[in-house]
Amino acid sequence: MDQEYYLELSENPVQFENASSVNNVFFDEANKQVFAVRSGGATGVVVKGPEDKSPIAFRMDDKGEVKCIKFSLGNKILAVQRTPKSVDFTNFIPDFPHLEFSHECKTKNANVLGFCWTNWNEIVFVTDQGIEYYQVLPDKRSLKMLKSQSINVNWYIYCPETAVLLLSTTVQGNVLQPFAFKNGTMSKMPKFEIELPMVPKPAKISLSERDIAVSTIYGQLYVMYLKHQSRSTNSSGAEVVLYHLPREGAFKKTHILKLNTTGKFALNVVDNLVVVHHQSSQTSIIFDIKLREPDCAVNVHQPVLPARSIHPYKIPLTGPTAASVPCELYSSSWSVFQPDIIISASEGYLWYLQVKLQPTVNLLQDKGKLMDFLLRRRDCKMVILSVCSQMLDGGEKGNLPVIATVFDKLNQVYKEYLEAEQAYTVALESGPSRFSSSYKRPVRTQAVIDQSDMYTHVLSAFTENKDVSHKFIIAVVMEYIRSLNQFQITVQHYLYELVIKTLVQHNLFYMLHQFLQYHVLSDSKPLACLLLSLESTYPPAHQLSLDMLKRLSTANDEIVEVLLSKQQVLGALRFVRSVGGHDNVSARKFLDAARQTEDTMLFYTIFRFFEQRNLRLRGNPAFNPGEHCEEHNSYFKEVFGEQTLMKSAAV
Amino acid sequence: MLMISPRMASGTQEKQYTPSLLSFFIYNPKFGPREGEEEKKILFYHPIEVEKNEKIRNVGLCEAIVQFTRTFCPTKPAKSLHTQKNRQFFHEPEENFWMVMVVRNPMIEKPSKDGKPPTVEYQEEEILDSVYGAVLQQCYSMYKLFNGTFGRSFEAGGVELLIQKLEKFFYRYLQTLHLQSCDLLDVFGGISFFPLDKMTYLKIQSFVNRVEESLSLVKYTAFLYNDQLIWSGLEQDDMRILYKYLTTSLFPRHTEPELAGRDSPLRPEVAGNLLHYGRFLTGPANLKDPEAKFRFPRIFVNTEDSYEELHLIVYKAMSAAVCFMINASVELTREFCEQLDALVGPQLTLLASDICEQYNINRRISGPEKEPQFKFIYFNHMNLAEKSTIHMRKTASVSLTSVHPDLMKILGDINSDFARVDEDEEIIVKAMTDYWVVGKKSDQRELYVILNQKNANLIEVNEEVKRLCATQFNNIFFLD
Repeated sequence: MDQEYYLELSENPVQFENASSVNNVFFDEANKQVFAVRSGGATGVVVKGPEDKSPIAFRMDDKGEVKCIKFSLGNKILAVQRTPKSVDFTNFIPDFPHLEFSHECKTKNANVLGFCWTNWNEIVFVTDQGIEYYQVLPDKRSLKMLKSQSINVNWYIYCPETAVLLLSTTVQGNVLQPFAFKNGTMSKMPKFEIELPMVPKPAKISLSERDIAVSTIYGQLYVMYLKHQSRSTNSSGAEVVLYHLPREGAFKKTHILKLNTTGKFALNVVDNLVVVHHQSSQTSIIFDIKLREPDCAVNVHQPVLPARSIHPYKIPLTGPTAASVPCELYSSSWSVFQPDIIISASEGYLWYLQVKLQPTVNLLQDKGKLMDFLLRRRDCKMVILSVCSQMLDGGEKGNLPVIATVFDKLNQVYKEYLEAEQAYTVALESGPSRFSSSYKRPVRTQAVIDQSDMYTHVLSAFTENKDVSHKFIIAVVMEYIRSLNQFQITVQHYLYELVIKTLVQHNLFYMLHQFLQYHVLSDSKPLACLLLSLESTYPPAHQLSLDMLKRLSTANDEIVEVLLSKQQVLGALRFVRSVGGHDNVSARKFLDAARQTEDTMLFYTIFRFFEQRNLRLRGNPAFNPGEHCEEHNSYFKEVFGEQTLMKSAAV
Repeated sequence: MLMISPRMASGTQEKQYTPSLLSFFIYNPKFGPREGEEEKKILFYHPIEVEKNEKIRNVGLCEAIVQFTRTFCPTKPAKSLHTQKNRQFFHEPEENFWMVMVVRNPMIEKPSKDGKPPTVEYQEEEILDSVYGAVLQQCYSMYKLFNGTFGRSFEAGGVELLIQKLEKFFYRYLQTLHLQSCDLLDVFGGISFFPLDKMTYLKIQSFVNRVEESLSLVKYTAFLYNDQLIWSGLEQDDMRILYKYLTTSLFPRHTEPELAGRDSPLRPEVAGNLLHYGRFLTGPANLKDPEAKFRFPRIFVNTEDSYEELHLIVYKAMSAAVCFMINASVELTREFCEQLDALVGPQLTLLASDICEQYNINRRISGPEKEPQFKFIYFNHMNLAEKSTIHMRKTASVSLTSVHPDLMKILGDINSDFARVDEDEEIIVKAMTDYWVVGKKSDQRELYVILNQKNANLIEVNEEVKRLCATQFNNIFFLD
């Protein structure tokens, strides 16, 4: 059971002073900072962010209850809201006056619902009557209005990642108006309506901000709506409806996540997975919107994995004892923020929610689906490789089709990366001026499992496994080679070596021969050499090797060496002549080989050939001293007589 | 029983007779060593009508010849005996088991004038030892494929069993020997491989592996397309003879049901919506038939070492045929056949159309200029790969060649020359009319080309052959 917790809280949480009557705690989603404000700031404000080791601590005058407190990006300016009308600012930029200044919202009779920083010096006030977009001028200690828009607002949600602000409008609150902010400009995006399960009469606010979350999933902005529905005959309980908000174009209802239960839920997005926490059952489920379900206009998804609790978490006790107490999970004091933050204000902890991949392996039986799931996760490499190993060692019957599917899925991703890499190289070469800026070097994610990964972590150990039949080993490696070929990926030599080694070990030379005959093992010099080395146990390997060298067309020297080593001196010479290299070869090498055969007529023929060559090239049949053929020359004289030596043509 | 097929020579009244089988017998001298017991040596004798004493005499003569020639070379006794009227071939496939085939020489019958009986002229030199020696060896290999070795049968059931098996097999087999159309290809006993791209080949590999995994009873698999081999899980020698059986006997007996008319009973049934063209070529013709028998031919492989007896299931979909070989000790049931049919049928149908498509693409790419205008025979001793543009499609009855028998004889002669030495060689022969015959031997490969060019000289012929090698054999190492 312990292996089955696939969600966990981060090991190093951000710790802060827990909320109490004297200490108010605020969380800023933009900077992911926790503010602990003691006595309205008079006895200190401590700001802790995820990365900063040293918290920012300062004091401010207690000018009333703090409703909202946030730094601008980069901790340059602090904004504090204490009244419904105005927001107070303090510079944190060195060399700027540190004095607080205040700004009141422009719209008459409006109440400021809150504010959000869109930049280090740009801020949006959200009031119940609209939004006001300002630039903060810290040196002048004033704000400059950039833009405003009047609209009735019930509540708002801001997504700092995309700088998109979502306003709830109309009486029922279910018409959402998004605005996008960028470099001082504000653009109104098309509004859209959330379909409510039932329309109340008379009309009243029916959509709560608690049921809406905004997050980016797979690089796209989604509005997630938690649609509460009681379980009945025609409904399977609550669901999460995802609305896709493209940068351009109309929003679209794209996904429905079936929760199959009812109650209190909270949403997180971790590693592009939508995590739905269910409080009453103290479990969570995850959805992957890219896992394709049967095609229909709106994708309906079931949880990827069965519901499980978050991994139990222990809070270490302070003091000399190293004891710890279990943390209450799914506590009602928990607050959940996007994308992956869980805060327990009462205990003073901020955790990041994390997905553990290893436990998913046993929970998802369908290996193809499991691979689809894993390949989209961030830290997937080792898990994928371990799944592969496990799959191969399992030796279950009817496994090959599954293995083939898995290999195809891995190689699909591998191929896409190789293509992107190639396109990038081509773009670079075609001229830096035109493409260098638009073409980014493709990022190699962990999902790219190449041949060397596969070889090192899976195949080499698998082929050594004595409990697996060699038939299965060959089938698996061939399947991998098939998959690589299918995606037109060049197969690395070591994979061929693996096949050959296994075949040779089991004396399956005829199989090897057939593979080579159909060029399944692609030609290469190393492979040809490997074949040559097999000649003593399997004589036909000699022919296979020579054929391969011939096809390579860059291995003529090797062919000559092979022939000479077989004492086929004449054959070697004829070959050299056929490829037009006979003017450049070393005469000595051929004469040496001819001498070794102890066939004097052969020696005569070879000697004569080179004499004629010398004559043709230099007008003289004699060998140059540099050719080191003196020994052969004297041998020739000794056997055939001096008069047999060719005479110089010069008359 | 003489099988004589007269061939009319053009223009004259001469009658030409092709070589034919006179007799065929198998004996073991150890079975009747004592005088008066000679008949016990004879295990099989064709024609059966021959009088007992003549049988004994013929066997005794062979025994004597072999014994006599052994004194000259103990390891290599006589292989054949040439006489004016016939030629005898001797083969000892297993110790003391002798097979003898007597072939009557081809002859020409000349009608004589004045009502005298016609004169017969035997053409003693027309037939080749290598060709008919190979035919005899093939007889044994084929027998062994379906019956195992002589020795094993004898051990299992004594002479009675062996005789029974020999009679059962050779009675039918000898009728299928077409001695008049034997040629160089019988010497090679090669395998024609189907040309295929790497990817499709890998798909076939994958298919074979999957089937062997899910039907673990299957021990060996062989895959053929268009009667050409693509994959063999069997060892080379076993595959060679199985291939021979499949392509000259089994396949020709089964016409393509795909080509049959809509209402033909051969047309495959549509089972549910799973349409596939798979069917059994051995075993049950129709799985649905409640009377169907699930008996398959048995074959013997690896007789040198593990000596395995296997069921031979041949399953075919369109032009793709697969042999599944299963240990004979397992009884094959209807359930197994249904399982195999359901698993293999759809996959093989798909694969067959894939191969066909890919083959057509490749042919289109390589273009018509690669189509050989040459008549040649190629053989590689290493993988037994054989290719002939001289032979038409082999059928059960005859193998048709497109060249004159005299040219075929020259090819055989060149081959015999090559067999005598190990070195690479090249022989160019000027034949009658405008024909040239070229034989090349490089390492373990042999190539025979027949050229017909008006007034060509030796140099031109040599150039022409070089051109052929460059286009047809550019991807192998072939010394010129």
